[in-house]
Amino acid sequence: MPFDTAYEAISEDTDTGHRWAFGTGFTDPLAGVDTDVPAGVGGADLAAYSLMLGDDALIMSHRLQEWLARAPELEEDTALANVALDLLGQARLLLTRAGAADGSDRTEDDYAFARGEREFRNVRLAEVTDADFAGLIARLLVFSTWRLALLTKLQSSGDPVLAAVASQGVKELTYHRDYAAEWVIRLGDGTDYSRERMQAGLVAVAPLVPELFEVSAVERRLMAAGVAPDPGETRAEFDAVIGHVLEAAALDMPAVPGLAGVRGQTGRGGVHTEAMGYVLAELQSVARAMPGATW
Amino acid sequence: MSASQTAAGGIETTTAPRELTLARARAAAESVPDPELPMLTLADLGVLRDIAVDGDHVVVSLTPTYSGCPAMHEMRQDMTARLTAAGFAKVEVRTLLSPPWSSDLISAVGRAKLAAAGVAPPRSFAKPGSGPVPLTLFATSPPVACPVCGSSDTRRTAAFSGTACKDLHRCQACGEPFEHVKEI
Repeated sequence: MPFDTAYEAISEDTDTGHRWAFGTGFTDPLAGVDTDVPAGVGGADLAAYSLMLGDDALIMSHRLQEWLARAPELEEDTALANVALDLLGQARLLLTRAGAADGSDRTEDDYAFARGEREFRNVRLAEVTDADFAGLIARLLVFSTWRLALLTKLQSSGDPVLAAVASQGVKELTYHRDYAAEWVIRLGDGTDYSRERMQAGLVAVAPLVPELFEVSAVERRLMAAGVAPDPGETRAEFDAVIGHVLEAAALDMPAVPGLAGVRGQTGRGGVHTEAMGYVLAELQSVARAMPGATW
Repeated sequence: MSASQTAAGGIETTTAPRELTLARARAAAESVPDPELPMLTLADLGVLRDIAVDGDHVVVSLTPTYSGCPAMHEMRQDMTARLTAAGFAKVEVRTLLSPPWSSDLISAVGRAKLAAAGVAPPRSFAKPGSGPVPLTLFATSPPVACPVCGSSDTRRTAAFSGTACKDLHRCQACGEPFEHVKEI
């Protein structure tokens, strides 16, 4: 064994002069992957769809990162950090896939740090703030249940890159969903106060649920080409899983109309809530202040 | 002296003249440690998926354990450095995303090394069918054996741990808190 401890391993200088996980060089997560656009598929549509799924993961990841050092226990800090890391990894692959698909060769950083709010395609569920830990858990349960159902179907996508990202993502999201579901049950089945907070979390997230099953024009074209699953078809699995968890927790998901958009447009159309500007301000501030900076 | 100097130096002094064989590439590639589980090599971990040699050109395929694995860049650099030191003029490290990594790919040697380092190795992964993934609440699967005393009287204390691939357990018999590589 070359090192006695993991700390010794990561703190030792290597020949390359790089130390892992400390800074620059996180480029091209798709190195060596064949990123040709499949025949019969529009490159612009494939890129737009990759951005939708990538932005969902990127923005949700950022909101999760805000919880670091704020969770009720160290174990939950660690859990939320790991969930955020998985989603960030999915985002990196998907944003990079977008740059290869539309021929622009934009990198993941170009998409993450140089786009304006109206160019982000995430569902609004990913961007909103959480009133408390129970609110976050309600949002994480909804997000991971929906994304797991979607990526399960995406595994048979006609785009081999999206199919591969989905196959890996399914394994990760299975853990995220189980984690959130266990907390919903613990809090719902806990004290009167925890139950009240958990129910309030569900009330807050409910108006953002209908948007998850809307079908955009891009998705409609890619569904016809066998690249994208129909988000509407994930509804039955979503309802079954959420119903099962909430029954165990003795809680209800209120049936409410979806949060209105603007002229029929919601997150997939680049129309976001007020919360989105704050996410991007934090996410992009360093990159905008010092373009191209490395460390 | 760093591990890569040791390994690369060892290879250089033991083989002369330097024939650029597949065996030589394999020996160099298989010596790369995992940055997060340094007691294991990438070969032990099942991250090293393929090696091909054509003249002085070597192509290595790596599969990330998790989408967000922050160590892929370091793995690529270390791999390139060792294969270059072994005499290959052109080293290409490719990412292989499909089929995705599974904890089932950890070798028997890798499992033994994990246990020796106090990390419980993964059990076999029950791959779900093609339909919806079933919900698992409050880990009903059999308990993980304690890597210190071997007792199966253990419980999971957290679903996540210091790296993406592990969760936390505690042995009720000897009191040891320990990590376990998750089944995925």
